Amino acid sequence: MSWEFFLVTLITIGVAFGGLMGTIAYLILVERRLAAFIQDRYGPNRVGWAGLLQPIADGAKFLLKEDVIPGYVNKTLYILGPSIAVFTAMAGFAIVPFGPVDQAPSWMRFVIAPDVNIGMIYIFCVGSLGVYGVILGGWASNNKYSSLGSMRASAQVVSYEIPLGMSIIGVVLMTSSLSLNDILMHQANQGVLGWNVWTQPLALLIFFVSALAETNRLPFDLSECEQELVGGFHTEYSSMKFALYFLGEYAHIITVCFLTAILFFGGWQFPLIAEADSAYLGATLVKVVVLLTKVLMIILLIMFIRWTIPRFRFDQLMNLAWLGLIPMAAMNILVVMTAKQFDWPIWTLPLGSLAIFVAAGLIGTSGKFIVSDQTVDFSESPEGYVHVHS
Amino acid sequence: MAEELTPISNDDVVWMEEPEMGFWESTFLPAIFSGLKNSLRHVTDFKPVTQQYPEEKPDLPLNYRGVHRLNRDDKGRVKCVACMMCSTACPARCIDIVAEEAPKDDPLWADRDKRPKSFVIDELKCIYCGMCEEACPVDSIELTHIYDLTGLTRQEMKFNKEKLLEVFDQTKDNPRDPIRTHRGILGPASDFTSLPQVGPATQIPQGDKASEPVSTDVIKQG
Ligand code: SF4
Ligand code: SF4
Repeated sequence: MSWEFFLVTLITIGVAFGGLMGTIAYLILVERRLAAFIQDRYGPNRVGWAGLLQPIADGAKFLLKEDVIPGYVNKTLYILGPSIAVFTAMAGFAIVPFGPVDQAPSWMRFVIAPDVNIGMIYIFCVGSLGVYGVILGGWASNNKYSSLGSMRASAQVVSYEIPLGMSIIGVVLMTSSLSLNDILMHQANQGVLGWNVWTQPLALLIFFVSALAETNRLPFDLSECEQELVGGFHTEYSSMKFALYFLGEYAHIITVCFLTAILFFGGWQFPLIAEADSAYLGATLVKVVVLLTKVLMIILLIMFIRWTIPRFRFDQLMNLAWLGLIPMAAMNILVVMTAKQFDWPIWTLPLGSLAIFVAAGLIGTSGKFIVSDQTVDFSESPEGYVHVHS
Repeated sequence: MAEELTPISNDDVVWMEEPEMGFWESTFLPAIFSGLKNSLRHVTDFKPVTQQYPEEKPDLPLNYRGVHRLNRDDKGRVKCVACMMCSTACPARCIDIVAEEAPKDDPLWADRDKRPKSFVIDELKCIYCGMCEEACPVDSIELTHIYDLTGLTRQEMKFNKEKLLEVFDQTKDNPRDPIRTHRGILGPASDFTSLPQVGPATQIPQGDKASEPVSTDVIKQG
C-alpha cells in the first residue's frame, strides 16, 4: 500500500465527510422550510437571505448550549448512545459510491472503501448496528418514556430488517454480485430500460417502506413520537448529544437514498447525457450531478411522505411488516429465482411483481373472511356495546 | 346487565358499522398518492397564513383587549370618580385605588365630589378580561388595542394614573380605539334620563338538543 493510496483515501474521506455534514445541515433547513410550506407557513426565513444561514445559527446554538447530563443516568451508556448512532451512520456511508467509480480523477475516489465486494452485507450489518445507539440511549436515560421508545425502535428494526434484506435479494440475484458498483454498472450497461425499478417494482416498494422504518422516519417514527412518549428515546438528551442523534438519523437517510438510487434507479446513469460509454469532457461531473439529483429527489419524496402520512399505530406497524411485506418479499424472491432458473424473458418479472401485489391486495380486502368466521354484529346490541358471535 | 352501565340512553345511541376495505384501500397506495398530491399542491400553490410580525402588524378584532387607559372628560380631568367598582370586579386584584375628595375651591373641580389620588394597575398581574371596563359606571377605564407591552422591570409594568392618562392621550385619535362614550358626560350612571334599553336575553332556537330535558331513564336510582 503506497502512501499515494493513503493520501487519496484521506482526501476522499474529507470530501465525503464534509459533503455529508454540510448536506445534512442544509437538509434540515430544507425539511423545515418544506414542512412550513406544506402547512401554509414560511418556516425559518430570518437568518440570512431566505434563512440560508439558519444551519450555522443552529450549529452554534447546539455547540454553545449547556450540555445537561441528568444525575440518574448511566453515564457511560448515555454518552455511548449518540456516538454509536453517528458512528454507524458514517461507517455505513463508507462503501456507497457517490459518482462513477471507474472514471474518478487521480486525486480522489468516488467511494471511501473501494472493492468491497460484499457491499450489501456490510451496509445491512452496520445499518442495523445503528439501532444500538437508540436502544442504549433510551436505556441509559433511566426514564420510562425513553426506554419505551427504544423498545419500540428495537422491535421495529428487528421486524423491518427482514423485508429490507429480502427485497434486495432479487436485485442481487439479477446481478450475481453483492457489490454496489457491480449492481450499478449492471444497470448502466443496459441503458435506462435496465434500471431495476422496471424489473423489480415490488422490491422497490418493499425496500423503500422498510427503509423508512429502518431510519425511524415518519410514518414509522414510533420510537420518538411526541404525542405518546414526550420525546421518545432522546427525551433526556440536550445540546450536542441531541444534535448527534439527528446527525446520525439524517446520515442514515442519505445512505438509504443513495442505496435506492443505486439499486433501483441506475445510479449515475441517465439517457443521452450520462450513459456508461459517454466520455466527453466533464462527463464525470455530469454523472456525479445526475446521481446527486436522483438522491435529492428521493430525499424530497421522503420529506413529503413525512408531512403527508399519519403515524402508524404499533400493531399496524407490526402487521404491515409480518403480514404484508415479508410474505410479499418472499414471493418476490421466488419469482425472480424461478425466472432466472428457467431463463424466462425479462418482462415476466414486472408481471410477477404485479401479480404478487394484486394477490396481496385481494387477500387484504377479503382478509376479514379468511382470518376467521367471527363477525361483529351490532344489530343485536340494544343495550350492550359489542357482541361477538363465533 | 349492560343496560345499567350505559352512560347515555339507548335511544340516543346510533350504531355504525366500519366500512369495508376495498381492493385499492387495502393496498394503501391511492390514499398515499392523493395525500402526496395534496401536500404538493400546498407547496406549488403557496398561500401562507403567517403574518410577518414586526413588518406586518396583526389584524386585531375591534374588541381586542389590550393595555388600559383612563379616559378624560371634556375639561381634561380624569373621568374616574374613584368608586372602586373596577377594583372590586377585578378577578386578578390588580387595581389599586386611593380616593380623595375633589378640591371644592378649585373652579376646575367645583362640580366633582371625588377623584382618585392614585390609580395603579399592575399590567403584569392583569389577565385582560375586561371586567373593569364592564364595571365602570362612568366609562372611565377602557382597554385599548395596544398589545406589544414590554418593560425591563416589574415596577415599570405598574401603570399609575399619569401613565394611564397618557395612554388615553396617545390612543384617543386612533380609529381602533374610539372614545366609546360622549366625552362631556361622565357616563350612564350619572345620566338617568338616557339609560340604554336592555336587550332581550339570548333565545334558544327551536330543536336545539341542549334545551330539551335529558332522557328520563339515564340515571338509575339505587
Ligand atoms: S382587565 Fe380584568 S384583570 Fe385586568 S384590571 Fe381589568 S378587571 Fe382586572
Ligand atoms: S370603576 Fe371607573 S370610576 Fe370607579 S374607580 Fe374604577 S375607573 Fe374609577
